[in-house]
Amino acid sequence: MTISPIRYIIILRSAMDEDLAADVYGRQLGLEIAELLDPDLVICGLKAQDAEKVIRYLGSLLYERGLVRDTFVEATLAREKEMPTGLPIGEINAAIPHADIEHVVEPALAVATLNEPVSFQVMVDPDESVKVSIVFLLALNKPHDQIEMLQKVAMILQDSTLLQALMGAKSSREMLEILSKWTPA
Amino acid sequence: MEKVKMVLVACGTAIATSTVVARAIEEEMAARGIKVKTRQCKAAEVPSLAPNADLIVTTTPVPLDLGVPVIKTLAFLTGVGKEQVVQQIFDILRKE
Repeated sequence: MTISPIRYIIILRSAMDEDLAADVYGRQLGLEIAELLDPDLVICGLKAQDAEKVIRYLGSLLYERGLVRDTFVEATLAREKEMPTGLPIGEINAAIPHADIEHVVEPALAVATLNEPVSFQVMVDPDESVKVSIVFLLALNKPHDQIEMLQKVAMILQDSTLLQALMGAKSSREMLEILSKWTPA
Repeated sequence: MEKVKMVLVACGTAIATSTVVARAIEEEMAARGIKVKTRQCKAAEVPSLAPNADLIVTTTPVPLDLGVPVIKTLAFLTGVGKEQVVQQIFDILRKE
């Protein structure tokens, strides 16, 4: 049985000292995220001129590994045009492009920090754009089973210290190390 | 017995963002003593499902004139303004 991260920490906090709970939980969450990520799907400082190029590149990584169908990239691009995924956060903004489940073979996540910020349209206001520095390309085929993955992505987005650290990384390996050592704030 | 509140959670495809948002709303409201049932849907489905909802929370544009309060927010994804939005949701749902 899987427990949502929020419920897990509520249970831990009631059972033990809050700092200890956060530490135990944090280490577990950090390790889980690092395990979730295939090192070949973590890209540091990707050079791409626009959102389309980012999505094409990350999508091709998933396709080469048999994780998505050949329709995935075009479907993700089409979806991004109609229902964009740009997320204004603050200094570092993110995007979470994805496609419908029929284009996905196995659930996966590719993440890239960008060499230079690239414009994505804003999810909640498609006429607005935001300069994005980190992109999570999501391949989901059973959303309710993948809530954990999604919640972890959301938790990363909500931790500005972590985002700064990831942007400062000089290599994919460093990004993975940062994620595996991460303790949620 | 308390009434269970129905919250319609909309996003573009009803896959990714609505899943995170729905779960977060259920847990935040449970922590505040409000029983909430969420239903995820695509933006296009909102008008037909709105009559059964006490509140609509969406990450994507939806029609606003549905007779049901609509909160358009990314706060459950980005954390920006999350406390305010949770308070807003609480204030709407605790009314009978």
